[in-house]
Amino acid sequence: MQYGLKPLGRERLWLWGLLTPTLFGLAFGTIGSLLATLLISFFNWDLITKPTLAGLGNYLSLVENESYLKAFTNTIKFASLYVPGVVISSLFVAVLLNRKIRGVSLFRTVYFLPAVTSAVATALVWNMIYGRDTGILNYFLEVVGLPPVCWLCRDQAMLSVIIVNVWGAIGEGMIIFLAGLTAIPRDYYEAATVDGAGNAQQFLRITLPLITPSILFQTLISAINAFQAYDYIYMLTRRGQGDSTVPVAVFSIYRNAFNFFKMGTASAQAIQLAVLVALFMALLLWLERRYVVYE
Amino acid sequence: MRSQSGRKAALDAITYLALIVGAATMLLPFLWMVSVSLRLPADQWSRTLIPSPITIQNYVEVWDKLPERAFPYLVFNSFKIAILVTVGQILTCGMAAFAFAVVRFRGRDVLFSLLLATLTIPGQVALIPNFILFKYLGVIGTQLPLILPAFWGGAFGTFLLRQYFLTIPRELVDAARMDGASLWAIFWKVYMPLSRPALAALAIFSFKDSWNDLLHPLVYLPTDMKRTTLTVGLAFFQQQLQMGGKFTVLMAGAFLSILPLLLIFFIAQRYFIGGIALTGLRR
Repeated sequence: MQYGLKPLGRERLWLWGLLTPTLFGLAFGTIGSLLATLLISFFNWDLITKPTLAGLGNYLSLVENESYLKAFTNTIKFASLYVPGVVISSLFVAVLLNRKIRGVSLFRTVYFLPAVTSAVATALVWNMIYGRDTGILNYFLEVVGLPPVCWLCRDQAMLSVIIVNVWGAIGEGMIIFLAGLTAIPRDYYEAATVDGAGNAQQFLRITLPLITPSILFQTLISAINAFQAYDYIYMLTRRGQGDSTVPVAVFSIYRNAFNFFKMGTASAQAIQLAVLVALFMALLLWLERRYVVYE
Repeated sequence: MRSQSGRKAALDAITYLALIVGAATMLLPFLWMVSVSLRLPADQWSRTLIPSPITIQNYVEVWDKLPERAFPYLVFNSFKIAILVTVGQILTCGMAAFAFAVVRFRGRDVLFSLLLATLTIPGQVALIPNFILFKYLGVIGTQLPLILPAFWGGAFGTFLLRQYFLTIPRELVDAARMDGASLWAIFWKVYMPLSRPALAALAIFSFKDSWNDLLHPLVYLPTDMKRTTLTVGLAFFQQQLQMGGKFTVLMAGAFLSILPLLLIFFIAQRYFIGGIALTGLRR
């Protein structure tokens, strides 16, 4: 039996009134868009002339399109470093903050700052920090006697951009993990201490297993963000005509759609990105059934 | 016993050290931003954190010297869009969350699961059909494509508010019903006023996302300085500076652009953090 209030008489209209915006959103914003993108991906369309049927052509040509393959590889490279980077570093910060120490709320505020402020504004400073001849990062290297690094040049740009993205994402992950950590009953640790378990053992045997739901959640969120990452990459690596030294899949979609008006190609790429996210989710859900502990 | 407390003190010291090093890394870009913004243009590449002399000239120049004297326009556009987006999200997500949390109707659970599933659809998938939709409506180049989608609800906001609505005691609904309150009255006079913390959290998230958005204004707004948002205006301004210019003014602009969110964050921090924790909890 469903719980809840029963709408009476004319209130049924009110109920649909409450839901109308959301239904509209499903139709035009999310599910409808997914179907529309899928449909467009089977056509060639420049928005000016009539669309012509392309069949699977847009998908097949992706495999031959070198710049797209590069962008797609970049997205996967980015995600495979960014996701563990965010999960591990924010879990680390949360575990430290979960110890009974002073100043927790001050630290929490500081770690959360980049999550509040715009990536565009902070990327402007990162650009200066990463500067080859004038940046302070190379100045630090100089002080300790290391040669300067060209942080935003072709070879290092990927790593530099990942560092900034992780920097920006630690705050939210930290909050998710703190919520999970504070939910673990203190008596577990007390009992373990009585039994003589050390800190490392307590972390491995109590904390880590009990926090697996938060780890799963944070991994999922980070992965979704990784496949869509755009702001920092745009600000730190953009070149003329919407190009970039670290082009990721989103760059490719954006350029094809809004610079070259190849809606079919861009749609096929967007669908491929969505499939990648879906596959990754399926993998996580499979892992969840095997390994995640729920109390 | 003695060695145990000694070990605890050592562990505390390591904890503090790690947290302080981390905090310095988080703060450095912000300190640098403020530092550069207070320097004379000649000192823009100096490597000392505390500028000398200190000047506020750059903040004055942001107002006058941004191309086309666009700064006030950018600020106005950003506020206008972000406020309308926030209102739209609070209203439409609140309505849907109330229906899902409180009202009994056929298909409720299926519809809610469907809505939650859309959380996993990457935003880029919606970009192309939405662009085409707005093109046919003839509103590309206006702010409407940035505002309108905020008025058709959303999985994140609806989920967040529903979680909170579920914690409100059902006896209140029954009591209001006894007094003859309508569905709308229960929503507007009972649930919304009692849910201020969750509404504040959603308001801050919506405002922040709109204020910081880069991709959508780039797609929809014209590229002239007066008609875009502050965030995008700064990105344009940086591009013009690449030729050589005053990074001190750019940093002053960057700091002014994050100032509203910093203020909101410091005032309403607990809602921010509570909101994120709420979405991370298992349903």
